[in-house]
Amino acid sequence: MKKQIIDFRIIDRKMLAGDRYALLKLVVADGSQLPEGIRAGQFAQVDAGCKGVMLRRPISINKIDYATGELWLLVRDAGRGTHAITRLSEGDMLNMVLPLGNTFSYPAAGSKVLLVGGGVGVAPMLQLGIELKAMGTDPVFLLGARSQTDLLELDEFSRTGKVHVTTEDGSMGVRGFVTDHPAMNERYDMVYCCGPAPMMKSVARSARKSGSACEVSLENMMACGLGACLCCVEKTVKGNVCVCTEGPVFNIDQLTWN
Amino acid sequence: MELNLSVDLGRGLKLKNPVMTASGTFGYGEEFADFINLDKLGGYIVKGTTLNPREGNDYPRMAETPSGMLNAVGLQNKGVDYFIREIYPRIQRFDSAMVVNVSGASPDDYAEVCRRLAPLDGVAAVEVNISCPNVKQGGMAFGTTCEGAAAVTRAVRAAFPRHVIVKLSPNVTSVTDIALAAEAEGADSVSLINTLMGMAIDVERRRPCLSTITGGLSGPAVRPVAVRMVWQVAKAVKIPVIGLGGITCGRDALEFIMAGATAIEIGTANFIDPAVTVKAVEEITDYCHRHGISDIAELRGII
Ligand SMILES: Cc1cc2nc3c(=O)[nH]c(=O)nc-3n(C[C@H](O)[C@H](O)[C@H](O)COP(=O)(O)OP(=O)(O)OC[C@H]3O[C@@H](n4cnc5c(N)ncnc54)[C@H](O)[C@@H]3O)c2cc1C
Ligand SMILES: Cc1cc2nc3c(=O)[nH]c(=O)nc-3n(C[C@H](O)[C@H](O)[C@H](O)COP(=O)(O)O)c2cc1C
Ligand code: FES
Repeated sequence: MKKQIIDFRIIDRKMLAGDRYALLKLVVADGSQLPEGIRAGQFAQVDAGCKGVMLRRPISINKIDYATGELWLLVRDAGRGTHAITRLSEGDMLNMVLPLGNTFSYPAAGSKVLLVGGGVGVAPMLQLGIELKAMGTDPVFLLGARSQTDLLELDEFSRTGKVHVTTEDGSMGVRGFVTDHPAMNERYDMVYCCGPAPMMKSVARSARKSGSACEVSLENMMACGLGACLCCVEKTVKGNVCVCTEGPVFNIDQLTWN
Repeated sequence: MELNLSVDLGRGLKLKNPVMTASGTFGYGEEFADFINLDKLGGYIVKGTTLNPREGNDYPRMAETPSGMLNAVGLQNKGVDYFIREIYPRIQRFDSAMVVNVSGASPDDYAEVCRRLAPLDGVAAVEVNISCPNVKQGGMAFGTTCEGAAAVTRAVRAAFPRHVIVKLSPNVTSVTDIALAAEAEGADSVSLINTLMGMAIDVERRRPCLSTITGGLSGPAVRPVAVRMVWQVAKAVKIPVIGLGGITCGRDALEFIMAGATAIEIGTANFIDPAVTVKAVEEITDYCHRHGISDIAELRGII
């Protein structure tokens, strides 16, 4: 799939969870088609376009709709670059290099799957759920957050599949972490997970315990996003590999987590 | 007006224009083939290659700093034999000079890598990295003394029949002395600068940003240092000088050429705009037209 450098225009921006996140809806600025074949798990290298930020920032595809030509990004204000991105307004341009990275794998239609997202790690799970549903597998989401107000895009997730929720303060769903939810104890054909590293590691452990296959999406810091600089490496059973080209999605059997 | 951008660096290294890519920032070139036509580049310098495979340093290897970045990749590569077997056949197709960047832990190491590359006609030149700040033994040690630079250059000169570029470290007291030592041992050209040794601390976590604590600084932040060093070296040596460090566009490239560089390399800027190299060629062309220049040599070393 050809990687491209494209100017997008923001057609809608919503601040979520008290200004700490933004949901951006974008279209190709010159009105042309979205690049073909973008899939869940892939990401874009986004030019934050602000003073003091030189390198692009990797952001997952939250949703892509070829019918409307819209691409969605869900961005957490985590630092200087993402702060600037969350503060853009409708009509502003955003330059991106995409599509980058690999995709989640698809199970046979009708498989039993669990899609686990923590914090802004819910971002790629929405597009994955949409794709799985279109392929005849009912997605079940398990979304974790600190508190009810931090649960993002719940309406979108509910439209796509069944949703379980955990919050650390118990303000919604089961109190605790995603791994405290009873859904986590069942056996699945595949558990997909994206979120903070400690969360992904504990989901990986519990998937192993229940005999479920498991894929995680890593968020290593990147410079090029193209496999050229070797800055983003993760230790795997094959040695150090680039998360930007061989990932961001890895089967936990490939990783050296224990 | 007819414009001649081609440059001749000697011993068979002729470039159609002065723009090359910096080692370690451009992969093997093919990573950028979706964005640019590599045939339009003067040359492309591939990843640092060593005799044996290297896993490189632990993550994190990168931190952004004001107008630049620190890296501590540590020469991760699969070794020269893998390069020859798997990569070389794939990247030969580009109509642009291929240069292989070479590193080692001893002069013999460097020489052996070059000896194995010598039969590959598509390798127009080797760029000898005597200046990597990210490996414990060798690397920069050779680049910081005249004796070390001379020893590596001598060994490589005997092992490789075509063009030898010696890449210099800026982390020295007198870069011209090192350049003269390389020239005396038969280097065909020198390139500079490699990264400047630097360090950054994550104060929230109270930890160094890099797993190796220190790393190499690159990007626009280093450009004035690089231009100054290129100017000094170009005045001191007779062989051609290749300038790099923080180049992001044609204008930046012209700074180096006016300071005395015959060719230039673009590194970190490829991460920000993967099409920057071809744009730089266009911008240099445009500059020459605007200023009535018919040969890029007219601008070389005018300061
Ligand atoms: C493949 C991939 C997909 C991603 N998808 C999304 C997404 O959909 N939405 C989203 O909001 N974020 C996503 N991220 C994380 C996002 O890239 C980082 O939060 C961002 O790069 C931080 O940049 P900054 O300038 O805001 O912060 P900086 O000022 O650079 O850093 C602020 C803090 O964030 C940490 N940080 C820096 N870079 C990263 C990184 N790449 N990952 C995690 N922490 C980092 C720093 O260590 C520091 O503590 C993704 C990361 C990757 C690798
Ligand atoms: C991620 C990264 C990896 C690098 N790897 C190498 C290398 O393997 N060999 C080498 O000689 N220089 C290496 N360099 C140095 C660059 O080739 C160049 O000398 C330096 O980055 C300055 O140029 P720039 O500011 O245009 O990037 C590397 C630089 C970066 C940023
Ligand atoms: S970010 Fe450069 S290789 Fe992955």
